[in-house]
Amino acid sequence: MQALTDRPNRLALAIVWIGIAIVAFPLWITFTASTLTPQEIARGELLLPGGQGFETYSTILLEGARTSRMASPPVAGMMWNSLVMALVIALGKIAISILSAYAVVFFSFPGRMIFFWTIFITLMLPVEVRIVPTYQVVADLGMINSFAGLTIPLIASATATLLFRQFFLTIPDELVEAAKVDGAGPMRFFWDMVLPLSRTNIAALFVIMFIYGWNQYLWPLLITTSASMDTIVIGITKMIGGGDALTDWNAVMATTFLAILPPALVVLIMQRQFVKGLVDIEK
Amino acid sequence: MRRKVIFEHKLLPYLLLAPQLAITLVFFIWPSVQAMWMSLLREDMFGLSSTFVGLENYVRVLSDPGYVAAVRRTVVFSVAVALLALLPALLLAVMVDKLTRRVATYRVILVLPYAIAPAIAGVLWLFMFNPSVGIVAAGIRGLGFAWNPKLDGQDAMILVILASAWKQISYNFLFFLAGLQAIPKSLLEAAAIDGAGEWRRFRTIVLPLLSPVTFFLVTVNVVYAFFDTFGVIHAVTQGGPAKATEVLVYKAWYDGIIATDFGISSAQSVILMAVVIALTAIQFRFIDRKVTY
Repeated sequence: MQALTDRPNRLALAIVWIGIAIVAFPLWITFTASTLTPQEIARGELLLPGGQGFETYSTILLEGARTSRMASPPVAGMMWNSLVMALVIALGKIAISILSAYAVVFFSFPGRMIFFWTIFITLMLPVEVRIVPTYQVVADLGMINSFAGLTIPLIASATATLLFRQFFLTIPDELVEAAKVDGAGPMRFFWDMVLPLSRTNIAALFVIMFIYGWNQYLWPLLITTSASMDTIVIGITKMIGGGDALTDWNAVMATTFLAILPPALVVLIMQRQFVKGLVDIEK
Repeated sequence: MRRKVIFEHKLLPYLLLAPQLAITLVFFIWPSVQAMWMSLLREDMFGLSSTFVGLENYVRVLSDPGYVAAVRRTVVFSVAVALLALLPALLLAVMVDKLTRRVATYRVILVLPYAIAPAIAGVLWLFMFNPSVGIVAAGIRGLGFAWNPKLDGQDAMILVILASAWKQISYNFLFFLAGLQAIPKSLLEAAAIDGAGEWRRFRTIVLPLLSPVTFFLVTVNVVYAFFDTFGVIHAVTQGGPAKATEVLVYKAWYDGIIATDFGISSAQSVILMAVVIALTAIQFRFIDRKVTY
């Protein structure tokens, strides 16, 4: 029996390692290129890291990339913009979604279903299908080039509301009954029971929404025009320019590595919550 | 479905809903209604006044050969991205499911691209396939093939498809693996005892049981390819060369924001809205069915 299962396992292992190579190779090349000089990159000596790393990283972080075409702002500032954006979006989505799900599940009031469907409908209206008018609304509210404009319009979340609603429906009636008998009001029950019980869901949503916020592209492209508001993802594409021989690939790849690091760390550190949460949320 | 035991309060539920509803109305519903309205207007040359033109913008969009070409391109792009993101993910999930050791380690490495922005995935692949310094581009040329995504539209299309699919494999892999792990092992063992070979077990047991997950992933991947790949295309090719990678979302953005033709861009937005609504409806119909059996 052992011999029977060993052979297919070796094939499976080989295929898995090919998959890992396809995932890891671009990331490894990104890292090595960020530690090499432009000359070394041009010669194609990419497989091993070089000695230029410290200098490249400290220059781009504190002074910005000086490419032949343009000077980018310091990458530390871009990372700060991305971090604020990702955190405000993740925490904001969780906060307003848990409150609205609580209202929809634990109360009965006129218009309940209309409100629920209004939130639900946002699933079908991504930014991509309403580009110009959304830009105009943000411009009319004076929120262009501001953190408010970058974050608040993205904080509504049907997915998070649906997930919390699903979970709240499983909280046993006896628990609510007991709380009412003890004289706890709705907000007391929310703070003392619902919020602690939702910990796992909140953690999973945080990972997914942090990545969502950090990786935004079309939205910051529309809402920010000043280089000081660039997120790191937008900043990189500005650095590439034509993507030809004149691009300072070592600076671009160092910035790319820094853009990947925070969301990748969040996934690595919170992998258990993330994997379970992602599959649950989409169900 | 609703709870039996609830709280009584007149004002509180509205207060709890207020932030979410305010954002939804101001930044989602209102702009969408505006998009529909603007798609019926035509602005004059200077953007000073606009006149109601009925469905004329739609007629102009749909009869524009450039738009029809973009539709065709988007279909090719989306089918290619979905297939290249789904098939390798299924293969990897089946193989990881067979392994007994270090599964968590393999899984977390294979999941990493999920954390990477589409635009960044584009940059990674641009770097490898760049004609002047790209390590893979050098290999392709070494094999005697011409390769230049800067000049050749087909090369550019291949590049954005590969980058977009690479990023999405992680997501599909996670769902396929979860689906495989939910299949009772006793079922497969029984089939094995009855003499069903590995391929036969996969075809007659595993694949049918995975069909709900597969169907869900197909719609998710089509939505991804349609909408979320804007970053890949904007970062890598800017829709070029000569519009060879201009898909529908890119065109709607370009015509609205760069060419500032609001009526035309809004008509394109409304058409895209219909696409998302159709895809979401398909997806939820399927979920309903899953709930009832």
